This record gives sequence, C-alpha cells and structure tokens, in this order.
Amino acid sequence: MLSDQDRIFTNLYGQHDFRLAGARARGDWDGTAAIIARGREAIIDEMKASGLRGRGGAGFPTGMKWSFMPKVSDGRPAYLVVNADESEPGTCKDRDIMRHDPHKLIEGCLIASFAMGAHAAYIYIRGEYYNEAVNLQIAIDEAYEAGLIGANAAGSGWDFELYLHRGAGAYICGEETALLESLEGKKGMPRMKPPFPAAVGLYGCPTTVNNVETIAVAPAILRRGAGWFSALGRPKNAGTKIFCISGHVNKPCNVEEELGIPLRELIDTYCGGVRGGWDNLLAVIPGGSSVPLLPKSICDTVLMDFDSLRDVKSGLGTAAVIVMDKSTDVIRAIARLSQFYKHESCGQCTPCREGAGWMMRVMYRMVQGRAELDEIDTLEQVSRQIEGHTICALGDAAAWPVQGLIRHFRPLMEERIAEYKRVRGAPARTFPVNEPLAGESLALAAE
Amino acid sequence: MAENIGDGSTGENIAQPAHFAFDDESNAEIEKILAKYPAGKQASGSLPLLYVAQRQMGRQTGSAWVPRVAMDAVAHRLGMPPIRVYEVATFYLMFNTTPIGRYHLQLCTTTPCWLRGSDDVVAACRKFTGIKGWHETSADGLFTMTEVECLGACVNAPILQVNDDFYEDMDAARTGELLDALKRGEAPKPGSMIGRMTSAPEGGPNTLTTLHFQTAE
Repeated sequence: MLSDQDRIFTNLYGQHDFRLAGARARGDWDGTAAIIARGREAIIDEMKASGLRGRGGAGFPTGMKWSFMPKVSDGRPAYLVVNADESEPGTCKDRDIMRHDPHKLIEGCLIASFAMGAHAAYIYIRGEYYNEAVNLQIAIDEAYEAGLIGANAAGSGWDFELYLHRGAGAYICGEETALLESLEGKKGMPRMKPPFPAAVGLYGCPTTVNNVETIAVAPAILRRGAGWFSALGRPKNAGTKIFCISGHVNKPCNVEEELGIPLRELIDTYCGGVRGGWDNLLAVIPGGSSVPLLPKSICDTVLMDFDSLRDVKSGLGTAAVIVMDKSTDVIRAIARLSQFYKHESCGQCTPCREGAGWMMRVMYRMVQGRAELDEIDTLEQVSRQIEGHTICALGDAAAWPVQGLIRHFRPLMEERIAEYKRVRGAPARTFPVNEPLAGESLALAAE
Repeated sequence: MAENIGDGSTGENIAQPAHFAFDDESNAEIEKILAKYPAGKQASGSLPLLYVAQRQMGRQTGSAWVPRVAMDAVAHRLGMPPIRVYEVATFYLMFNTTPIGRYHLQLCTTTPCWLRGSDDVVAACRKFTGIKGWHETSADGLFTMTEVECLGACVNAPILQVNDDFYEDMDAARTGELLDALKRGEAPKPGSMIGRMTSAPEGGPNTLTTLHFQTAE
C-alpha cells in the first residue's frame, strides 16, 4: 500500500483548505522560482527521467511531448492547453484536483509553460464542472494576487498568463484537436494530423495539450526528483495515479495508488470489495468506457498499469475502473456505451457517424436476443471497419467495448439469441430506430 | 448531439422573442471574457458569450435558454457571421435552444450511473414531475428533464444535475425529497446525498489519514 508520504494529491477529498494558504501548507508553490531557474532543458530531462506517461488516456511520455515544442520561436507565441474536459465515462479524477487541489495544477501550468516556452496557458474545463470552475478561478485569482502568476511569475523572471475556458457539453472536445477547435470558438470537430499541435495548434501556433493530472503532478516530480517518482510503480509504468472505482463495489471512491497495483487489491483494499464478494464479480472495464472489458478470470490477477492491461487486450486509459457484478446484464451495459458514442460522435467522419448509431441499434437488439447468430460476426466486422478509419480515436473508442464484449461474452450473446428464438421464434429483420427510454424494459415478457 | 438538432431547436416551431440586448451585468462579464483572448481571436468568446446570454435569459425570464436573437447578439458582438454562432449553439448540448423550466433536471444514465440505479432516479423524476419523455417541461413550468451523458462524478453515481449543481449518491427516495424541496423553493446543498465526504469511500477516507497540515493563516 502506498504510504501517505508518497501521495501527491494530499487534499484529494477536500479535507483541507483548497485555497492558497492551505496549498502552501501542503507544500505547493515552494521554491517554484528555483525549479524554473534550472532551465528548460533540465526540467524536460527530469520529466523524461521520471518516466511520467500522460494521465489522460493515451499514456504518451510527457517529457518527450514537451520536447517537441520549438526551442526557438519563429515569432509565433507558444501555448500550453490543459485538457480538463474530463468526460470519459467512469472518470472523475481531474474534478477532485480542480476543486480540492487547484494550486497543484496552476503551479504545474507555470512550470510546464516555461519548459515549453509558453507565456500563456488555457485550461479547458468541461461545462458541467461549474462549481469546479468556480474553485479553480478563485485559485487562479489568488495566484495572480500573490504574484505567483502574471508578470515575473513567482519571482522567476518568466511572464505567464493563465486563463480558464469552459466547454459546453461535448465529449469529443476531450480529443486534443477538437478541444483546440472549440477553444477557438468553433464546433468541436477534430483536425487531421499532421500537422501536430506542437507545430500548428491553438490559433495556428505551437501548442501542447496535456491532461490535468499530468500537469498537476509535475511540480511534485521536480521537487522530489525523477528518482523518487520512477521508483514508484513498475518499469515503464512509473509513479502514482488516481484511480476512480465505480459500479458494483461496496464503497466506490477515488484513490491515489501506485501504477501496477493488482486490480483485486485495489478493489479489496480501498473499496470494501466487490458487492457480494469477489466471486460475485462478472467483469471490469479497467480504464474508462473506451477500453475493452475484462472477465473475472483476467481480473483475478491483472495489474493496473499501461503495459499489463495492454497485454490482456485492454488498456489503462484514464484508470477509471467500472466494476460489474453478476447481477449485471453486461450486454445492456455495453449497449449503453454504444449509445454514448452514438450521441457523442461529432458527425465528421462517415464510419463513426453512421457506424456508432448502427452498432447501437444492433447492440440493443442483442440485448433482447432479437438477432441471428451470424449477426454477431457482422457486428464484429463492422466494428473493425470503424476502428482506424476515422480522423480521431472516437471511432476506435466506440468499437473497442463492443469487440471486448464479443471476445469475452460471445456465449452469453448466443444464449440470448437462442432464448429469443425459443420464446418468440425467428426474429423479423427489423431495426428499432431509437434507443429505448432509460428504464424501459427490454425483457422478452415486456414485448 | 443529435437530440439537440432539428425538432425546432433552430427556432422554427417555438415562440422566439423579437429582441435581445445584453444588460449591464452581462456587458461587464463580456469585457472580462474577451480580455482572455489575443487580438483578432475574439471568436473564442462564442461559447462563453452564449453562456452569458443564457444566464441573462434565466435572470430576466426565469428560463435559461438562448433564443435566436441572442445568438445574433453574440455574433454581432464578436464580429462573426450569425450562422457560425448558430452552429456552435446547436452543437453543444449545454446551450438550451428551446425554453426550459426553472429547474433543469439533467439525468445521467450512462453505464456507471446505470449500474448504480439511475433508472430508479429517472423513474422518480418522471413520477414527481409528470414528465413522460426527454426535453419536456412539467405543466407547472418548474422542471425540464434532459438525459445527459456521463457527468464525470462516477464514484458518486448516480448523479442528478440540477441547473449547475450535482446531487450525488441518489436513489428514488432521495430524488423525491430533493424535488419536493426544490418545489418548495428551497436550495438543498449539492454533493453527496448520503453525507459522504466528496469522493472518499463511504464512512470516511482510508488514505491520507496520517497527514497533518499547519495552515499559516
């Protein structure tokens, strides 16, 4: 179990004051100017040595990402943009950082911006986080007033402006280029890459987009050293991470732990176990809705880090652990995710716009069993035709949960189809046009 | 976004006010907002200004929505073609392009909430308000029900967002009590409805218990 002394987010639950005085008492803004005095190269080298991988889902090495920014400006300003559009189902970690530990994020913004030659940063927070935005704005105002940001920020000699910008309810804006479009005042439709944001980003200028948690852990790493951070976790999966454990556990919660903690230990130690005991576990989605689910047999032993989860054909994603016990209709649980992706597709690419809705409609038939056996293969095939054929990863994210379901629960889907045929005969080849109303029964008896 | 487009959301089938002008409170806010963006990039203000308009409508009419004339006012203020503002206003779910009730009940039914019983919360809202489908407003004009996707508070599922506030760890009974209180004009404290400390496990944190901080006030 990670010791409290090694935890970065010491006000995760808001037990203490989130404002500047409280933040200083917890060690924030301590020696910030000295960190900046080390210089860009040294900061980026330290971040590389720490092994920090991006906490927003993709797990790209942070130090390397920072190093992609131009070393010498061609006259265009550079920007840091913080992705606080936390919308991946199951994920609620950045929320706690912004409402309870906002100064960690603000100090991280200053240091990261300096390391990338940026004099300005924008935090793009999802619109629904209204009260979180209020806290964060209070903290930003405090930091300005105390001279920690603004001209000669924290006495470092670096001028730095920080702005908060609210989104308005679109999951797609968590995709970095869609976020930039949205920040420019447009619909959140992802851009083709290349050019990558480091070359052409916000307002056509060099930009790095980082997740809230990634930026917020940077000051702790630079203060305590890359060696401290990389000694936590597992090789190539360094450090601590906030896990969000939701669903059928006795005590859902957020908790910061080391990467590589066994999934079972995470659930048993911090969440009071699976509802009804470990043997009542059906499946877990280990990293937010976009990653394929894992059946209990894999959950028994799997470790919670990027590489361990990739090895079992899933992913750490945002470390949002969604637990389902044996009472769950897992087909319906995944169908609801298909509905999510259908709703959130921006509509730009045909495979995603049409495919996400198609998958949702077929998935809701699969919930009833109102399908032919070979349609399971068709569903799988169509998901493969969406995956990798769109501008951004939303198409992939829509496909993977369905693929995971078929991979691990195909017998259940077949059983459901057989049961439908037994009760009602061969299904007519009709398609429901819309998703069912929430709460509407899809049980056979209800038809 | 699909539900937000068509069905009169661009204003064909609903009564649109003839006029909208930003009031003093809004103008002061707009000035602060536009200072955030570089010269010539004021289009970045489109989302924030739509919020300002929506809030002003709430203040003035009791229904926080963005009529077309308000979109036009935003476009005018930012020097944008109105169509650019229309497409933004209809793309993002949080801009209400039709009038809504005083209390906007935004019900998350995505899988993490569903696993924890969001169907019961939906049923309780329907029962209390008499609303049958989504996007409908109760006969007394108090409540509008909207199905929303993941609100990002999943360890406190299920969530019912009322206007700007999250009510967490809901169930049918607590939903009924909450709506009752709203109807009486009260403003119950947002957050966990079972008295949990934010996202900590029920019963209190089992980490961060060994740390003590001295605040120099």
